[in-house]
Amino acid sequence: MSKSLFDKVWDSHVVRKIEDGPDVFFIDRHFIHEVTSPVAFLGLKSRGLSVLYPERTFATADHNTPTINQHLPVEDPLSANQLKALEDNSNEYGISHWGLGHKKNGIVHVVGPENGITFPGATIVCGDSHTSTHGAFGAIAFGIGTSEVEMVLSTQCIMQPKPKKMRINVNGQLGKGVTPKDVALYIISNLTTSGATGYFVEYAGDVFENMTMEGRMTVCNLSIEMGARGGMIAPDETTFEYLKDKPLSPKGEAWDKAVAHWKTLKTDADATFDKELTFSASDIEPMITYGTNPGMGMGISNNIPNAEAVEGGVATYKKSLDYMGYQENDSMIGKKIDYVFLGSCTNGRIEDFRAFASIVKGKQKADHVTAWLVPGSHEVEDKIKEEGILDIITEAGFVLRQPGCSACLAMNDDKVPAGKYAVSTSNRNFEGRQGPGSRTLLASPLVAAAAAVTGVVTDPRDLL
Amino acid sequence: MAYDKFNILTSNAVPLPLENVDTDQIIPARFLKATERKGFGDNLFRDWRYNDDNTPKEDFVLNNPVYSGKILVGGKNFGSGSSREHAAWAVYDYGFRCVVSSFFADIFKNNCLNIGVLPVQVSPEFSEQIFEEIYKDANTEIEVNLPEQTITIKSTGAQESFEINSYKKDNMLNGFDDIDYLQSMKGEIETFANGLML
Repeated sequence: MSKSLFDKVWDSHVVRKIEDGPDVFFIDRHFIHEVTSPVAFLGLKSRGLSVLYPERTFATADHNTPTINQHLPVEDPLSANQLKALEDNSNEYGISHWGLGHKKNGIVHVVGPENGITFPGATIVCGDSHTSTHGAFGAIAFGIGTSEVEMVLSTQCIMQPKPKKMRINVNGQLGKGVTPKDVALYIISNLTTSGATGYFVEYAGDVFENMTMEGRMTVCNLSIEMGARGGMIAPDETTFEYLKDKPLSPKGEAWDKAVAHWKTLKTDADATFDKELTFSASDIEPMITYGTNPGMGMGISNNIPNAEAVEGGVATYKKSLDYMGYQENDSMIGKKIDYVFLGSCTNGRIEDFRAFASIVKGKQKADHVTAWLVPGSHEVEDKIKEEGILDIITEAGFVLRQPGCSACLAMNDDKVPAGKYAVSTSNRNFEGRQGPGSRTLLASPLVAAAAAVTGVVTDPRDLL
Repeated sequence: MAYDKFNILTSNAVPLPLENVDTDQIIPARFLKATERKGFGDNLFRDWRYNDDNTPKEDFVLNNPVYSGKILVGGKNFGSGSSREHAAWAVYDYGFRCVVSSFFADIFKNNCLNIGVLPVQVSPEFSEQIFEEIYKDANTEIEVNLPEQTITIKSTGAQESFEINSYKKDNMLNGFDDIDYLQSMKGEIETFANGLML
């Protein structure tokens, strides 16, 4: 029977099928961080359980970590306590731990691929919804809750019903200034935040085939924002090229054997999907959000839609615009902004910094804008320095910070104050996401850079 | 962790008819710093519930003494966003045992089932009826019958069936969780793992 890429990976990881119940699903790689793991370890202890395969779990500290002075003790006692718990639990159970100060430390979804922990055909979970990022490699990767973290630690399995399948095709040539982030925000704005709930998505078509691994990671990262469990892209030469020689990638004969297997991981020509959608690349503009969920986005040159024109509750829509301080039919171009955030597991990779630098080069940061430029990992930070990007952004008046999740969810000190507007390259614009009362406009690194130098929402195509 | 058994729940309900209620609203990230699972109910809907000076916002439903009960009735796409199980813990810790919505986000629904909060998905029409009846009379009782898989508005007798797979249903009825099940098949898991390439 014909199978999709998703079927091939899923079916090969089912340990047992339960009648009218979930599958017992084996997990190849498990990432843990300080926020969603401590209670899982407490559960293990209270039940007297051990970690079955500690070598399949990887710990990194990212959500709570400061982005300056990382050599000093963490000031917030609660954050420090969580970081300590991660370290202690990792040590106790023999799990590799990349804590603050470790040269491999960084955002879990950035350091995983960088180190070759992620690979095609793998099943990957983490107590973080943006685990969907790893689907860029042809893996089935998704976020789980803390009870499930405990399950994976103790048995390397979770119990999951198999999701339905959706394929999203995007074909054609992307226009000037249109990035993978825009492709993802465009799809989400079409599907809404619940349009893919219950589905696992495969992205197909020449736009994704021609995309870099980092671009694919950005797209898959945002799958969760349309409600999908995850998204994936078939592995190809781009994937293999990225993974070759990564620290934990297979070597020598094992590499050849792995690649031979990975090449079989593609959707059969006559495989069917529960739902299939096709978009044209030429319809996609640089995107920006105007509301309080990632589905409330539009091409940057459009006007904010009328409540009547959007699907769903008018009251909820108006509450959202009210929170943002915007009106129906407003243009976003020219709206004053206060903060710019470049970073997160969505856009904290080297290509994102290259894109940002391509716009700010030779210009100056707008005086009233506070900019947080936060690399996703030390490796990204090193490349920023090696490639001369640090010089470009420094000359333009910006400061580079240290790796971590930072203002994406504002668990550390990087909080946007109440009422202020931030153009953010992260993944969520929910109420208060970047600090209580903060207002977030999601956009690509190019849009963020344009806003950072002009101080207002600006079409990046005018500056390229 | 094991939790209280769920069988038939008859209770008043608290209405929150907003769409796309995300887990950042249910429990904001700054309250995720605990290393133990307790006290999250105090910060359930924190920023909708309290002013900056920690005084309650009078217009938020949890602060309205008229509404109470163990059932929370939310709008469409309830629980979207972050995978934080803390959101389900906060709902449970506050005292809710059941959330009703016309559509749930995946991970939130899963998390609820794993910790003993029953997510009941109803039709948009039935959801409207519930809101209508609660607004007519805050003491409207809702009966959630897990063995029969039905939800009933007691005052009108209106009833709908809801879906839950039989495995999860058994777990909820008995207060078991998945770890109990997985522990029982460790040998099978190890054999499976030995057959994997990487």
